[in-house]
Amino acid sequence: MKKLLIGTALAAITTAGSAMADDHTSACLITKTDTNPFFVKMREGATATAEKLGIKLNSYAGQIDGDNESQVAAIETCIANGASGILLTPSDSAAIVPSVEAAREAGLLVIALDTPLDPIDAANATFATDNFLAGELIGAWAAASLGEDAANAKIAMLDLAISQPTVGVLRDQGFLTGFGIDTVDVSQWGDETDERIICNEVTSGNEEGGRLAMENCLAVDPEINVVYTINEPAAAGAYEALAAIGREDDVLIVSVDGGCPGIKNVADGVIGATSQQYPLLMASLGIEAIAQFAADGTLPQNTEGKNFLDTGVSLVTDKPAEGVESISVAEGTDLCWG
Amino acid sequence: MAEADNYEDTVKGKKEVDFAQFEDTKSGLLGRIQHALHVNPALVPLIILVFAIALFGLLLGQRFFSAGTLTLILQQVQIVGVLAAAQTLIILTAGIDLSVGAIAVLSSVIMGQMTFRYGVPAEISILIGFAFGAGIGAVSGFLVSRIKIPPFIVTLGIWQVVLAANYLFANNQTIRSSDLRAEAPALLFLGNRVEIGGANFTFGVILMILIFIALGYALRSTAWGRHVYAVGDDPEAAQLAGVNVKRTLMSVYMLTGLICAVAGWVMIGRFSSVSPSASTGVIGNIQSITAVVIGGLSLFGGRGSIYGALFGAMIVGVFELGLRMAGADPQWTFMLIGMLIIGAVGLDQWIRKVSA
Repeated sequence: MKKLLIGTALAAITTAGSAMADDHTSACLITKTDTNPFFVKMREGATATAEKLGIKLNSYAGQIDGDNESQVAAIETCIANGASGILLTPSDSAAIVPSVEAAREAGLLVIALDTPLDPIDAANATFATDNFLAGELIGAWAAASLGEDAANAKIAMLDLAISQPTVGVLRDQGFLTGFGIDTVDVSQWGDETDERIICNEVTSGNEEGGRLAMENCLAVDPEINVVYTINEPAAAGAYEALAAIGREDDVLIVSVDGGCPGIKNVADGVIGATSQQYPLLMASLGIEAIAQFAADGTLPQNTEGKNFLDTGVSLVTDKPAEGVESISVAEGTDLCWG
Repeated sequence: MAEADNYEDTVKGKKEVDFAQFEDTKSGLLGRIQHALHVNPALVPLIILVFAIALFGLLLGQRFFSAGTLTLILQQVQIVGVLAAAQTLIILTAGIDLSVGAIAVLSSVIMGQMTFRYGVPAEISILIGFAFGAGIGAVSGFLVSRIKIPPFIVTLGIWQVVLAANYLFANNQTIRSSDLRAEAPALLFLGNRVEIGGANFTFGVILMILIFIALGYALRSTAWGRHVYAVGDDPEAAQLAGVNVKRTLMSVYMLTGLICAVAGWVMIGRFSSVSPSASTGVIGNIQSITAVVIGGLSLFGGRGSIYGALFGAMIVGVFELGLRMAGADPQWTFMLIGMLIIGAVGLDQWIRKVSA
């Protein structure tokens, strides 16, 4: 019985084997999950560009955020499939590095999207938002909007996670720099001594965490009037906590991301200003870079003065502040994702 | 008294007597298949495995049906495979272990941090990791066998405790491959590989297969192994037959913990890094139960072959890699695996009727 089965399978395979060979350039997109709108938009951008350039695109994702194992398996699949390049948003930016090295040894171009690898040069290139600049923009906007009151501001810092992922540190320290507060050690948050910072709380980047963190901060000082948030869902949660005590109208909430629900919250006055990033552009530029690499071996170049390719960031607000460049909510809505 | 003592008469008098026999009363092809499956519980998963490989071989051609890709599947299932071996032991005793993945991750973190934080030689760190795994298993075993808390509840609790301890202890630090290579190559030992033709066998894969062979032998041919089956089938009957049920359960849980710790070492070899947030900690339990169930082991305990669990893990691996290479949405894999689980348990119920 067993022998018969194996024999049949072998016979069938040898006849079909060579018929499947195809000479298309193929590329892989590996995201942290396939449910977060940020990655959905990334996938859309990659798919559209791949179709335009005649590249076969395979997309993979982890089951949960932080799922390194699935990403390792996905990279192995891309190598086995003979892909030309991989676009990767690493779930664990240090742990994935050996797999990335294996892919590069096998001759694939590896581009990190959105989240840099640790170390950053483990990938051939990184296409990402300048998160420090994103923070700086909202910091400068908040300071300019407050005017003279900025000197007596009471600030709540709603961060991402206690493990201080790079993206959270960059946005936090960028915000403080933009606001004009000494960051002490720029590679970590929470070590600042400025008395205007009332609290540093973590939110996990979602509504629930944002609300809880804001409640904790208000327990420390109910007079908080500036709230920095790691992203827009956290901002929405913070707003609910403020609304519960009737202070939603006299607090400035700033955020980073630029997702469509977030931009809508800017329009509704929930968020004062947000820095918008462009996942679709990251992915489409990435696919173009892989096509170029497959054609003649050209490697992508970094933005001048940075160790990654900056895909741009814009401040979205309907209350522009003097000296801080911004785009309107209408423009932001056209460019938003999710 | 005298009358009660004549139970040996049949033997002494050498009379021909029909003893009670298990006779195969079902006839027809279906009946015979049912019987064959009952006798060889690993047959179904093996057939599905061969079919799955043939199917993807047809769909994907040489890319899939090459020595490199087929051995890649083994590399991708080595962690789940080792965890499934551990899970099999528990399930054979009619229990379930939700903490296997968490123990593996914590053990890997202990092995890494012992070396990098406390400067313990890597070889010793590995042994400390093993001891921790067995120790956690001993706690579960004690709670199950002595305090009589249901295994589901015990391991649900242990899972959370171990996972939390893991994050707290690791301080959310990932130990990177360059550091491991430079300072603790012993931790990476199972990542080494032997190449035969295009086939790649990592030491982790070989260890996984050795674990299955060893457990397969122990379960089939040692008194301990038969006791495990007996305890799972009917603990009261086993007790009456002179099996030390408590000690057997204790040994099973400790061995399971130890094997989970080995899985932790396998993880370090496979990923060349030590990360407390490895998803095995969260989903390793479900993955291993899936492999065991698809492998035809009965969740009611006492029945099934440990090789079934290996085939079950490989079936999942074949579908995952095959569908990925075909460029299908990963959700299709999960949907198919869900259907396989239900199909496997349905089949198990049907096979059970043979003995009813």
